[in-house]
Amino acid sequence: MEAEAELERLVVALATALRAAGVVVPVGAVIAFARAIGALAPTEPAGLYWAGRATLICHREDLEAYDAVFAGLFGSLPPPRLPAARPRLVTVAAAGEGAVPGADAAGARLGAYSHSERLWQEDFARYGEREWDEAKLLIDRLRAPLQLRSSRRLKRARRPGRVDLARTVRQALAHDGEALLSSYLVGGERPRRLVFLLDISGSMKPYARAFLRLAHAATAARGPRQVETFVLGTRLTRLTRPLSERDPDEAFEAIGRTAPDWYGGTRLGDGLAAFNSGFGARGVARGAIVVFVSDGWERGDPALLGSEMARLARLAHRVVWVNPHQASPGYEPLAAGMAAALPHVDDFVAGHSLGSLEELIELLGQPARVVAGGRGGSRVAIR
Amino acid sequence: MAASDPQERAFAGVEELEAALDAAGYLADEGLATAVFLALELRRPLFLEGEAGVGKTEVAKALSTVTGGELLRLQCYEGIGLAQAAYEWDYARQLLHLRATEATGGSARQAEDELYSERFLVRRPLLLALEERSGPVPVLLVDEVDRADDEFEAFLLEILSEWAVSIPELGTIRAARPPVVVLTSNRTRDVHDALKRRCLYHWVDHPAFEREVEILRRRAPGVGEALARQVAAAAGRLRRLGLYKPPGVAEAIDWAGAVVALGRSELDPKTATVTLGAVLKYQEDQERARAAGLETLIDAAVEGGG
Repeated sequence: MEAEAELERLVVALATALRAAGVVVPVGAVIAFARAIGALAPTEPAGLYWAGRATLICHREDLEAYDAVFAGLFGSLPPPRLPAARPRLVTVAAAGEGAVPGADAAGARLGAYSHSERLWQEDFARYGEREWDEAKLLIDRLRAPLQLRSSRRLKRARRPGRVDLARTVRQALAHDGEALLSSYLVGGERPRRLVFLLDISGSMKPYARAFLRLAHAATAARGPRQVETFVLGTRLTRLTRPLSERDPDEAFEAIGRTAPDWYGGTRLGDGLAAFNSGFGARGVARGAIVVFVSDGWERGDPALLGSEMARLARLAHRVVWVNPHQASPGYEPLAAGMAAALPHVDDFVAGHSLGSLEELIELLGQPARVVAGGRGGSRVAIR
Repeated sequence: MAASDPQERAFAGVEELEAALDAAGYLADEGLATAVFLALELRRPLFLEGEAGVGKTEVAKALSTVTGGELLRLQCYEGIGLAQAAYEWDYARQLLHLRATEATGGSARQAEDELYSERFLVRRPLLLALEERSGPVPVLLVDEVDRADDEFEAFLLEILSEWAVSIPELGTIRAARPPVVVLTSNRTRDVHDALKRRCLYHWVDHPAFEREVEILRRRAPGVGEALARQVAAAAGRLRRLGLYKPPGVAEAIDWAGAVVALGRSELDPKTATVTLGAVLKYQEDQERARAAGLETLIDAAVEGGG
């Protein structure tokens, strides 16, 4: 019994430490872990390691945290094949408690919104904290409209399509065996996925939080399988999961735990290449509407950005480039990265203010257009 | 538990299972073998995620060989539903039967009971997996579940929790012994947490160098030790180039096979160039491999190993 009790403590310690590291570990997973240990009767840490990995973890992204936690508890990783030795039990401090700095302090104060024209047109870069506190609640209310694509899932219709045999049989039964061909199946429609790619380099600092907020509003409204969000810093980070927290403050806290490299340098081409070869190629971008938010200041090779944009354009249904600096008077897309990317972009719009976010949302509901010199080479002017 | 069932082959431990999978032609590493062992022992579905071509589907096939259970494969795609996955009525035959009943003077009301009998039931993999049978339980492979849509996932979750399908006209078909279930995903999207939580999870990575050499020797006929090492090393290096579609084990096997088919026993830069299409299937990737210096890469791989 002594050993069992120790095992129990061990199971709980590992689960607790994982939770402290930000991994979601439901009770069911802990029970499965305990059962797995019972079935496996591991005599070495390796067995324990793999049993925990198979039961406590269900996302590849969490494997790193699991390894770190396991190493913290047992002192080594990857677990070497060792002669039977009892794992050392270490007390784990419950981290994260009281570490939430005034999370809801901001939300409570705000009662009424001001719909003033000034706030609506003001550049995000000139916002103070007060303006932001007001604006973020307005962004929460922006809803990206659905665009539909045809789907293989069939639905019932009265107009002729494929004969719905199942219904025809039932109707025949109801009509004394007389088969009337009046029930049909036609192709259905499904919403297109929306993908946000956000540049979080230093020059995008005033704008990034507004677009993250926008991405959160879209995710909250349509669910994480319809809306995917990635940020491009010195590396690519997927924020879809943290953003699927319903409460925006909790979502932003969760983003903090994934620790993207905020406001450093960005090599857009490399980041986009990572996206294209990884999530993009596996289908996240396939047939999707991709909203790429960046000022196009490329520190890397503009040619790479160009060729990766071409790949993205081939995968996606539509690529919308949002450049917060586009609204500046006299702006020309002169940044080398921007110039390289533009030929592969369907829409090129501003995104510096609440007003322009609203325009962007409106645009997403309309059919794709083509910018001057862009995809398809139509003459439509840049907005 | 599996061990108590005389119809099941039970494995004493992970190593024994590893050896059995090995004998069936699948080289599993310790992590995968542990996950498979637990799936059998705890009667839980196994959820395998990983890049295309790392051998996820092969796990189910090997498992079927090892346990002696029939392999039932359900390939998922967008729009897949109950009719393709579980069961469907044979409507055309039902209509014919209805006509025939009428012609011989029977009433449609009489025909109704006959129409929805097992005779007109078309069984699909999920139903087959749950039906009573003698001998070992089948191995149900739900392949590329990420391609199916949410509605189907919810339905799958229900089946994997209840081990039952209910057919309104016939009643509920419940498995006395749950099948071995393997789900695979290429991660084109995140599968719902609830479904993953029902399962044991394992991320399948590209194999380590020595393991890949072994796999090539087993799976590609006529491939010698030297060629297997060269191809594994070159494939490993290609994976590090940051390609659009890094070659999986399947591509490495194809590649080794292509070299053998050309009558060569060594991978030299020239042979690699003419057989590149077997391992890199995107024009951009071939470009990138050439730009990165394919010849140097092959030479280094041939000399330096993994």
